[in-house]
Amino acid sequence: MKLELKDTPGQLLAALKPISDIGGNIITIIHQRDPNSSENTLTVDVVLELAETKLDTLITTLRERGCGVVRIGKERLLQKQSLIMIGHLMHTDISDTVDQIDRTGYAEVSELHMVMPAINEPSTAKITIRAVCPEDMRRAVSILHDVSKKKDILVLEPLEGVE
Amino acid sequence: MRVAIIGFGAVGRGVAQVLVGSDSDFTLTAVADSRSACMDENGLNPAEVLRRKETTGLCGTEGLGISDILRFGEFDILIEVSPTNADGGEPALSTIRTVLGMGRHVVTSNKGPIACAFTELKALADQKGVILGYEATVAGAVPVMNGLRHGLAGNRIRSLHGILNGTCNYILTRMRDEGLTYHQALQEARDLGYAEADPTYDVKGIDTAIKLVIMANTLLGMNIALSDVEITGIDQITVEALNLAESEGSTIRLIGEIIPEKHQVRVSPRVISLDHPLVVDGTLNAISVCCDLAGHVTFIGRGAGSLPTASAILADLNSIRDCHGRGT
Repeated sequence: MKLELKDTPGQLLAALKPISDIGGNIITIIHQRDPNSSENTLTVDVVLELAETKLDTLITTLRERGCGVVRIGKERLLQKQSLIMIGHLMHTDISDTVDQIDRTGYAEVSELHMVMPAINEPSTAKITIRAVCPEDMRRAVSILHDVSKKKDILVLEPLEGVE
Repeated sequence: MRVAIIGFGAVGRGVAQVLVGSDSDFTLTAVADSRSACMDENGLNPAEVLRRKETTGLCGTEGLGISDILRFGEFDILIEVSPTNADGGEPALSTIRTVLGMGRHVVTSNKGPIACAFTELKALADQKGVILGYEATVAGAVPVMNGLRHGLAGNRIRSLHGILNGTCNYILTRMRDEGLTYHQALQEARDLGYAEADPTYDVKGIDTAIKLVIMANTLLGMNIALSDVEITGIDQITVEALNLAESEGSTIRLIGEIIPEKHQVRVSPRVISLDHPLVVDGTLNAISVCCDLAGHVTFIGRGAGSLPTASAILADLNSIRDCHGRGT
């Protein structure tokens, strides 16, 4: 979100405190004085993670404290993970496989790249899933595993660093 | 110290070769293969036993066997290097149990007994005041067991990831580099002697899983069996899958994974970034651990073969000599 603050000491802190008080996770803050802006205010870009239900309360609190909320951009599905699937993907109804993720409400298939080398041979696909948070991603991947097991599809997960 | 070798395949012969002409403190007093045995309390000539094996296919006298060595053999350390039986670990398990019970040291490359009965064997060795050495059971020449036990002593291991089967890694490397199909790469591995005639044990991930069981039970304080490991092999992997992984700067490798906190032990082909330290080529093995103090530590080296495995056995022999050799 983009905030408009009075250019007085302590204003930035006053604007950020309600965000952490309400349980938001601040990811980045870009705070730059614009020489062309009207003299007494400055704008701050804040990127944060926050449950959608709490957004209205946050905006009200900020306005009460004299911070103008200039703009809010929402990106709901922040997590992204690609997996590889091998098997008879078409014959086992790929749209059903995708649908089982999409209908969760917290995760979606955002990309599918499928290669079919020959008729009756197993096909291979890269599937990209987006989800709201890491826990939702784990749930979505687990659904993909369950569905794939029933359809005799092999799912290859990434090894993300070594942790 | 006097040593007896049980099992005279590639590994047993490698050990004998290492003992040839070495001015080491070890004297070979007995050797058994599956059909014969030879003994001499004053010391056999390893070169002669190797020559006999090569020309006749037998290391000693037909009709003699392991039981004769156990009854009459004069040895301080038994080197058990017969082939692995993952299902129960026999007959090597009984041999090792007997020898430890006699108060003699045992060094082995045999995964079966260590995976199936480590707790029991270790307790027996401790009770008798002898050493059970098993560095050679995991990753051949790579000193991962001693490295984790001694080198990283005091660290808590958060996760362990490893490429522990050279056959699988060779196949996946060739599929990526040359665009071979799985079956073509497997055939090539067979032609080069990297894969057995029946490759099931390797390509289905069972060999990797047994090594995870050994590391989990001996190093990470877990108590698991092979049936507790979730196992997926590499036999379904397509060239297209490798190409799709490549398009985002990754490849596919068979990874053994242990996360002690989550009690998670699994073997599966994984998509892994090409610049990840675990991505080694050909038949190499690699093990990467994440520790609370040391951070990430990766071991890379030869995981199989006659001399690399003999190297691990020799390391165990030397540490037994250092602890017990003088004055016995």
